[in-house]
Amino acid sequence: MAYVAVKGGERAIDNAHAWLAEARRGDASVAEIGVDQIASQLGRAVDRAMAEGSIYDRELAALAVKQAQGDLIEAAFLLRAYRTTLPRFAASVPVDTVNMRPLRRISAVFKDLPGGQVLGPTTDYTHRLLDFALVDGGMPPAAAQAAPDGAPVPRVHDILGHEGLIEPDGTADAEPGDLTRQPLSFPADRDLRLQALARGDEGFLLSLGYSTQRGYGHTHPFVGEIRMGEVAVEIEPPELGFAIEIGDLVLTECQMVNQFGGSKTTPAQFTRGYGLAFGQGERRAMAMALVDRSLRAGELGEDATAPGQDVEFVLSHCDNIEATGFVEHLKLPHYVDFQSELETLRRIRADAAPAHPGPLPQGERGQT
Amino acid sequence: MTQGYNFAYLDEQTKRMIRRALLKAVAIPGHQVPFGSREMPLPYGWGTGGIQVTAAVLGADDVLKVIDQGADDTTNAVSIRRFFARTAGVRTTTRTAEATVIQTRHRIPEVPLRDDQILVYQVPLPEPLAKLEPSRTETRRMHALADYGAMHVKLYEDITRYGHVSISYDYPVLVNGRHLMSPSPIPAFDNPKLHMSAALQLFGAGREKRIYAIPPWTSVKSLDFEDHPFRTTRAPHACGLCGATDSYLDEVVTDDRGGRLFCCSDTDYCEGRRQALAAE
Repeated sequence: MAYVAVKGGERAIDNAHAWLAEARRGDASVAEIGVDQIASQLGRAVDRAMAEGSIYDRELAALAVKQAQGDLIEAAFLLRAYRTTLPRFAASVPVDTVNMRPLRRISAVFKDLPGGQVLGPTTDYTHRLLDFALVDGGMPPAAAQAAPDGAPVPRVHDILGHEGLIEPDGTADAEPGDLTRQPLSFPADRDLRLQALARGDEGFLLSLGYSTQRGYGHTHPFVGEIRMGEVAVEIEPPELGFAIEIGDLVLTECQMVNQFGGSKTTPAQFTRGYGLAFGQGERRAMAMALVDRSLRAGELGEDATAPGQDVEFVLSHCDNIEATGFVEHLKLPHYVDFQSELETLRRIRADAAPAHPGPLPQGERGQT
Repeated sequence: MTQGYNFAYLDEQTKRMIRRALLKAVAIPGHQVPFGSREMPLPYGWGTGGIQVTAAVLGADDVLKVIDQGADDTTNAVSIRRFFARTAGVRTTTRTAEATVIQTRHRIPEVPLRDDQILVYQVPLPEPLAKLEPSRTETRRMHALADYGAMHVKLYEDITRYGHVSISYDYPVLVNGRHLMSPSPIPAFDNPKLHMSAALQLFGAGREKRIYAIPPWTSVKSLDFEDHPFRTTRAPHACGLCGATDSYLDEVVTDDRGGRLFCCSDTDYCEGRRQALAAE
């Protein structure tokens, strides 16, 4: 018989995994890349894996990037699957980004302001010329340093807030939701929306944010402020009654100032869009802030007509672990369903055969 | 058994949460119950809902069978069976009759199931109205009002256009006379097996975070019209391996000149018949 039943799936899977491990290692004559090298030299990849993997751990994220051969969605998936098994000891108190030790802080709405404009380690003004000196590597000359002045770096939004020119920040009066524990339902409140966006796919957020700039739900944004640096994480154990510091995070925060709303009862004021990312994730934080603001259309009484304003659409599709799973599941066997389609199609064609012996003549394709 | 993980991977609190959703689902046949679906170490779309349901109902004495496309040896079935062999250490089988829990993707076994068996379906899109109305906010309202006219219109349009309902799989059913339900992408051929089944049927959609159920001995009706009754389709052949004329068939391409072999998609059913034939 020509057909041999496909047996040995188990062995095939084992062999595929062995081959994958070999391919991951690559050319044996080239030194193996270390997790510490990934963590320190591929920092932006690690940041993105942490953000979308929804866990702050540079070493684990670097391991995931290595295991995933640099496929950052796969790396985020590995981190998510690990994260979900971890016990939850406590919820931190909200991190205080006002007291961040900023490595970078810029505002696009004021020329100068308390705390100053600090460029930090940015690619913004590099000319995008391939640097062939990096092929051989070597130590770069030391960057100039200035002593931190220790002065507080107030948020631009608080400066505007003193004059009442911008809407107040939301108050954290209730326990925030957690979409990893409770299924999302719509309409989703801003806490859940921000959680979803914070772990959403950077490319998706970027394109959606971009679409709002091009007129699909325009929100007239200005970058009030972007700051990136270390913040302390604190928990407040009930038996202590006061907060204790348990570690530091590097975060990027973006506060957008968006065009004002107002009414007969409320004087006109600017509105806010907020973005926050683990590590150095400026593009992500900015895109998130645009999308956060556009998702507030309903609450601010604006027409919600564009994709970026549709909470259900955005939140149902921003997670790249969900998206990649469902898109890629199409490569699983579907031959049972395909067979049923074949039979249905054959039946429809057989029934129609006397009426249409050949291909449809041009006229029947709706042309006149 | 893999150390460092709880029995059947999920922690007991999570299993309890899933069992609560399952109880609610059984109490309202065909109704989609939201649940706090966890991120599993297997990809969404590859059976994470079914795996979580199986993990929640599996006991140490259970015997597990996993099929994909009706077969035990398809790669994803192998992978899921291994997952539970590793994390729960339960006995696994390919024999439908021996299994107490059967996790399936895209098929219902040919042999009628018993009242001591549970069939767990992997569900990609639990919302039967999704192709007609993408917003889940809206479809929830439609379910609440039993507003299923749109689906009947879709079937009617199919008949006027093709002379038949063109849905070949994931054919919508009305459960217990109340809830419109997706039977998951099983071929319409399997739909009659849903009706008045002795086994408990559980449906898990991990990515969409929904669980639903058909309790034993529940009415499950495939949507149709009086003058266009529901009919099933199978390839009009006998199985080329066991000769069965009542089973759902796979079409295997054997050469590039139109050669085809039709054989049972339910590999255990086919093998059982061949053994019986050989013994005669």
